[in-house]
Amino acid sequence: MTSPPDHDVERLLRELAPLALGAVVRRYRDFAASEDAVQEALIAAAAQWPLHGVPGNPLGWLIQVAGRRMTDVARSEIARRGREALVVTEAPDSASMPEVHDVDPDDTLVLLFMCCHPALTPSSALALTLRAVGGLTTAEIAKAFLVPEATIGQRITRAKASIRASAIPFAIPDAGERAARLSSVLHVLYLIFNEGYASTSGDVVHRADLALEAIRLMRDVHKLLPQDGDVIALLALMLLTDARRTARTGPRGELIPLDEQDRTLWNRASIDEGIALASEALARGSLGEYHLLAAIAAVHDEAPNAAATDWPQVLQLYEMLMRAAPSPMAALNHAVATAMVEGPAAGLALLEPLRSDERLQSTHRLDAVRAHLLERAGEHEAAAALFRTAAARATSVPERDFLLGRAERYAR
Amino acid sequence: MKYMLIMNTPRDGYTQYMNWPKKILEANAAFMGTFTKKLIDAGEFVSAEGLSSPEQAVLVRAGTDGRPITDGVFPESKEFLAGYWIIDVDSHERALGIAAEASTAPGVAVKAPDGSAIEHLWIELRSIMRGREDIA
Repeated sequence: MTSPPDHDVERLLRELAPLALGAVVRRYRDFAASEDAVQEALIAAAAQWPLHGVPGNPLGWLIQVAGRRMTDVARSEIARRGREALVVTEAPDSASMPEVHDVDPDDTLVLLFMCCHPALTPSSALALTLRAVGGLTTAEIAKAFLVPEATIGQRITRAKASIRASAIPFAIPDAGERAARLSSVLHVLYLIFNEGYASTSGDVVHRADLALEAIRLMRDVHKLLPQDGDVIALLALMLLTDARRTARTGPRGELIPLDEQDRTLWNRASIDEGIALASEALARGSLGEYHLLAAIAAVHDEAPNAAATDWPQVLQLYEMLMRAAPSPMAALNHAVATAMVEGPAAGLALLEPLRSDERLQSTHRLDAVRAHLLERAGEHEAAAALFRTAAARATSVPERDFLLGRAERYAR
Repeated sequence: MKYMLIMNTPRDGYTQYMNWPKKILEANAAFMGTFTKKLIDAGEFVSAEGLSSPEQAVLVRAGTDGRPITDGVFPESKEFLAGYWIIDVDSHERALGIAAEASTAPGVAVKAPDGSAIEHLWIELRSIMRGREDIA
């Protein structure tokens, strides 16, 4: 046994979390109780392993410790299987470690399908996924989402109650249901990624972790479903977007827009991998939203500088996106691309009907985009006023500061 | 059993195609290459061709002197043959499967985020006549 640094233990635990949970649910059936038990085992490991070293069979350790926690809630079942209730105080010995065949790599996928079930609200599914599959503690999730720990705890409890009530089986859904369920999984992972990348609230601390966690889970899904075009496309989209993370904020945490980023800071390896995956996904056909978003991200990442961006191609791709998956955010970006190709007036004209779109009433984004286009059109006073309006409504600190900075340029 | 998979295009299909984003054009070429290779590897490929724009098409017949008389393009046609594959497969089901795969070729976007609204293009599947017994 060696005493590894904390972050190594943390990474190991996140990798093992879904495998341990899968094995425990498989044995005890009760998802909600198993999830609690594994969570407790993870917390125990996080406390003990950095001090006393990682056990020889860390996964077996987690399964066994979680199994002991289950004895209270599942004593009858253990008895039925002729298993002996273990004494909790002792460290598990290797002779009683669970066999490897208890562990099925597909469990990660099964757990994702359970946690991202369409019957759950996205916010509950998000929290449950991060804990059950991502191996994050409730406190870590709460910190990342900047909400009280109790709130996350409640969401997880609610999600588990829904799973119990709907009797979602612990199994990979049949082919018929799989497509719909997989799209829920991808949607939740995309939300987690965006929450980490685009930071809709608070400061930026801990946020990058969420984006990285989404990518890690996405890689797991990709490993399990390497032939699925949507899976490949979403992984590509995440990598191509996350590649710009370092360049996206300045030394004081301020937001730097795409056209002003230092592109030498972009992560080449992520871009290369993302472009290869995007090409693979696109070449598989059956194009959907993630394919088109990945293609757009690839076009941006391929441009050596902002001026070299192939905006006509970006615009064509947004036009396809507006036909396939129209959404307020797609409409805003479509208007920006139109402005870049046909001039700001054309972009502003496309934004007009969006001013009455209810879905955009709660965000500052429409005002921010209008302000940018007015700025490009030379209408500096109107732009400054709208930048201020947008800033007042922005929920993320770096974004608010960025918008105020823009407004400042045209003060007086 | 031999089948022809026919891909049709509306009158403005070629203009639309020319306006596809470069990424989609590249993806389409890659898809078609892989699709053909899979058919070849499975021993099911007979031939495949894509046709150029119908703008250059003419109607031709022999005049009384046997020399060609031409006429302009088909003013009333809404759809034109864009390309075809000829395959040789063991079953009708297999032909249907191959046609379905051909219909997923990258081009227009087809899928909403929730997986609904599939709008793959239609592929016309025709069996190739072996003799008079196939006519009925």
